[in-house]
Amino acid sequence: MGRFWAIFFSLAAVVTVGFTAIGAEYWWFPGDGHAHTTLGKKIDDLFYLILIIVAVTYIGTHIVLGYVLWRGAEIRKDEKVWFSHGSHALEVIWTIVPSGILLFIALYQMDVWRNYRVKAYFPKKTAAVAEVTARQFEWRIRYPARGKTLQPRPQPDDIYTVNDIRVPAGQPVSISLRSDDVQHAIFVPELRVKQDAVPGLVIPVWFEVTETGTYDMVCAELCGWGHYKMKARVIATSEEDFEAWKINAAKEQFYDGVPATPDAVAAKADEK
Amino acid sequence: MSTVTPDVGHPGAGGHDHDSHGHHGHGHAEPSPLSLLWQLPTFSCDHKVIGMQFLITTLMMLMVGGALALGVRWQLAFPWERMPILGDTVFKGDGGQIAPETYTMLVTMHASVMIFLVIIPILAGAFGNFLIPLQIGADDMAFPLLNALSYWFMWPAIACFGASFFFGGGPAGGWTSYPLLSAIQQAAPGSGFAQTLWLIGLTLIGVSSMMGSVNYMTTIINMRAPGMTLFRMPLTIWSMFITAILQAFALPVLTAAGFMLVADRTLGTCFFIPSGIVVNNAAPTIGGGQPLLWQHLFWFYSHPAVYIMLLPAMGMVSDMLACMSRKPIFGYKPMVYSLAAIAGLGFIVWGHHMFTSGMNPALGMTFMVSTILIALPSAVKTFNWLGTMWGGRIQFNAVMLNCIAFVSMFIVGGLSGIFMAAVPVDIYIHDTYFIVAHFHYVLFGATLFGCFGAIQFWFPKMFGRMMNDKLGQLHFALTFIAFNCTFFPMHLLGVAGFPRRYADPYHFPYLEHLLPLNQFMTCAAIVMGFSQFLLLANFFGSMFFGKRCGRNPWNANGLEWTTPSPPGHGNFDIPPVCYHGPYEYSSPLCHDTDFLPQTEYVPLSQRQAVAQAGH
Repeated sequence: MGRFWAIFFSLAAVVTVGFTAIGAEYWWFPGDGHAHTTLGKKIDDLFYLILIIVAVTYIGTHIVLGYVLWRGAEIRKDEKVWFSHGSHALEVIWTIVPSGILLFIALYQMDVWRNYRVKAYFPKKTAAVAEVTARQFEWRIRYPARGKTLQPRPQPDDIYTVNDIRVPAGQPVSISLRSDDVQHAIFVPELRVKQDAVPGLVIPVWFEVTETGTYDMVCAELCGWGHYKMKARVIATSEEDFEAWKINAAKEQFYDGVPATPDAVAAKADEK
Repeated sequence: MSTVTPDVGHPGAGGHDHDSHGHHGHGHAEPSPLSLLWQLPTFSCDHKVIGMQFLITTLMMLMVGGALALGVRWQLAFPWERMPILGDTVFKGDGGQIAPETYTMLVTMHASVMIFLVIIPILAGAFGNFLIPLQIGADDMAFPLLNALSYWFMWPAIACFGASFFFGGGPAGGWTSYPLLSAIQQAAPGSGFAQTLWLIGLTLIGVSSMMGSVNYMTTIINMRAPGMTLFRMPLTIWSMFITAILQAFALPVLTAAGFMLVADRTLGTCFFIPSGIVVNNAAPTIGGGQPLLWQHLFWFYSHPAVYIMLLPAMGMVSDMLACMSRKPIFGYKPMVYSLAAIAGLGFIVWGHHMFTSGMNPALGMTFMVSTILIALPSAVKTFNWLGTMWGGRIQFNAVMLNCIAFVSMFIVGGLSGIFMAAVPVDIYIHDTYFIVAHFHYVLFGATLFGCFGAIQFWFPKMFGRMMNDKLGQLHFALTFIAFNCTFFPMHLLGVAGFPRRYADPYHFPYLEHLLPLNQFMTCAAIVMGFSQFLLLANFFGSMFFGKRCGRNPWNANGLEWTTPSPPGHGNFDIPPVCYHGPYEYSSPLCHDTDFLPQTEYVPLSQRQAVAQAGH
C-alpha cells in the first residue's frame, strides 16, 4: 500500500504540471496571450521568470517527496531507520541558496514597479488624456477639449463618454482615476493595468498601448451587488483617429440644433 | 517516583491498561471513553472539554461554510440557473436563482465562516486547548474559567453572523469589508444592519481569541512539567505559543478598527470616510477620513492572522510526521527559529494586500522585499519536513497521508505566493482567481489537511478508541483528488484574468471560454463537499464503534500519551517528568521498541554518548 501512495503523490504532481502545460493552450493570458503595453511586456517577462523558478522548485521537491515515500515504503522490517536530528551544513545550504534566489527576485522586480507607479519615473512626455471616475456601476470618462490639457476640475468644453476609454496608441498616456462613491478598481487584462479607485484620492495611471484595438476592462474591487457588471472597454486608436474622434465627439456633444449662420438656416430649410 | 513510567498501552494491548491498571497512585479512575462527550453541553472549565466543544462546533461550521461555498460554485458553473435543493426554499423570492447581491453575500459569508468560525478556532481553540496542557504536562490551563469564556464567547458571535443573514440579505462587503461599501449604510443591500452585526460578531470572535491567547502564553510559560525545557517542547506547543503571541499583538488593532467602523456607521464619525461623497443617493458625507486607513488596520491584523491560521497546523504536522516516519524531526531548532521568523516577518508584510490600492509606491517596494523573504523560513520548514521523512519507516495511514498532503499542498501554496509577492506581477493577478487558488492551497490544502490528520491522530486520546483507518484513507483520497481538481485550475483562471467575486463573469467576451472549466471545478467541489460526510461519519461513528485502544496507540513520545485515554480531570495520574525531546524515535537508547517516551529515564552518560555519536 505504501508504494501505491508514493505513486499517488508523485502522480498528483505530474498531473498538475501536465495540466498546466496543456491547459496553457486553452486557458492562459487573454487575447493573443501577449501584453499590449510596454510595461505589460516586462511584467510578462517577470511572470515567466518566476514561473520557471517555481516550476523547477515544484518538480524538484516533488521528486524528492516521491523518492522519500517510495524508500519509506520499501524499508524492511529489520532495517534500521536513519536516526538523525538534522544536519547543520544542510540547514545552512538550504537557507542561503533560497535566500539568494528570493532576494534576486525581489530586487529584479524593482525597476518595473518604479516605472509603473513612482511619478518621478513616469515617461517624460506622458499625455494626460482623461479623467476616469468610477461609480456604482459604471465608468464616467472626461476628456479635455482638443488642444487643451486635462484640468483637475471639469471645464465647460470637456468631452464625456461612459464606459469607453479612448486613448491614442503608441505613446505614453495617463489617466486620473477617481471614485464617486465606494472603492472600485480598473483592470484591463490585455494591457496588464490594474489600479484601485479610492474615494477621496486622485490616482494617476500611465500606460503605453503598443497595438491599436479594443480591450475589455473590468472592475477588480468589490463595489456592491453590481460589481460584476461594470463592463467597459479601452479603445486604443492611432493618434489621427483619436483626434478625429474628438472632433466628432465634441460636435455631437455640443450640437444644439441651432443653426450657426443665416446661410445654414437656408440650407437646412432646403433640406426639408 | 520520578523514574517510574506508567505502564502505557501498546498496540494490540488495547483496553488492557484500562481494565487492569485503572487505579494509579493518585486515585484517578479511568474515565469512560465518552466522558468528554457527555460534558459537552456543560459549562466545564476542563481544557479537554473546552477543546472538544471547539472541535465539534468548528466541524459543524465547516459544513456551513462548505455549503455557502457550494452556492458560490453553483453560480460560477451554472449562472442564473435554478439552484437545486435550496433554490426553491431559500431563494424562493428570486425564482430559485442566486441574485447578484446574494452571490456577494455568499462570497462574504463563506470566507467569514471559514476563517473566523472554522480555521482560527479549530487550531487555537480545539487543538490548542486539548493539547497544550497534555503536551507540556500540566493538569489544566492557567486560567480555566477564562478558557471556558473564550469558548462561550463564540456563540454570541455565531448568533451575530447567523442573524445578519436576515437583514438585507446578509452582509455583502467581502470578508475584508473595505469602506466605503461597509461604512455607508446605503451603499449596498447588505451594507445596512447586517454589516453592523457582522462587525460585532467579528469583535466577539476577537474577544474569544484574545482570552485564549493570554491563557496559552501563561500556561506554556509557567506550567511546564519538570524537565520540560523550552527546547524539549513539541513543535505543536512552539507553534501554539508563537501563534498566541501573534494574536495578542495583532488582535487589538482589528478590534479598534472594528469599533471605529461601527462608529462610522452608527455615530457619524468619519475615520474612514472622505468628504463630499454621495453613495447611492445618500446624503453627502461630512468626511475627513481615509478609506486606506481601514485597509492598513485590517491587514495589520489579518496578515498575521494568515499565520495564525497556519502555524499551529505546521506544528501539529511536524509532530505527526516524526511519529509516522519513526524518526526524529529533522532540524528541530531550525524549525523553531523558522516558526519565529515567519511570525516576526508576518508583522511587516501586511502591505502586500494593498499593492494596487494606491498607497505610497515606495511602501510597495519595502513590502515586496519583506514578503518575498517570508518564503525563506517557509522553505526551510519544507526542506526539514522532507528531511524528517527521508530514510524513515513511513506508516502509510490516514494520519500520515493527510500530513504528506499538507507538505505537498503547502509547497504549491507557498510557490504561488511568490507570484503575488512580486509587485509588478501582482498588478496583473491581484484580485483574480490566482489569489483564490493561492489561499485555498494554504488554508485548505495545508491547514485543513493538517487538521484532518490531527483529528485522526489525537482522536484515540479524546475517546479511547481509534478512528477507522480505511474510511479515513478513502476520505483522504476523495478529498485530495477533488481538492486539486477544484483549486488547481484556478491558477489558470487567474492567469486568464478571471476576476474574483463576480456573480456572472461570462458576459465579458474574454472570459466566455472559461465556463466549461468552471463547470468541471464545480463538480469536483461538490464531490469534495460531500466527501466530508465520510469524515463526520468516521468521527462520530468511531466514538461508539471504534476499536478500543490503550494510552499510546501510535507508540508516540509526547507526554499526552502517558495519560489515560481519555484523560480524567487533572490529566496525569503520575506527575510527568520530562527527560528528552519529543522526537526520539528509533534512538539507540530505545531497547526493544522504536520510541522513547519523554518520561522515560535514561542516565545522562548514555544520552551524552548518543549525542556525541553525532546524531
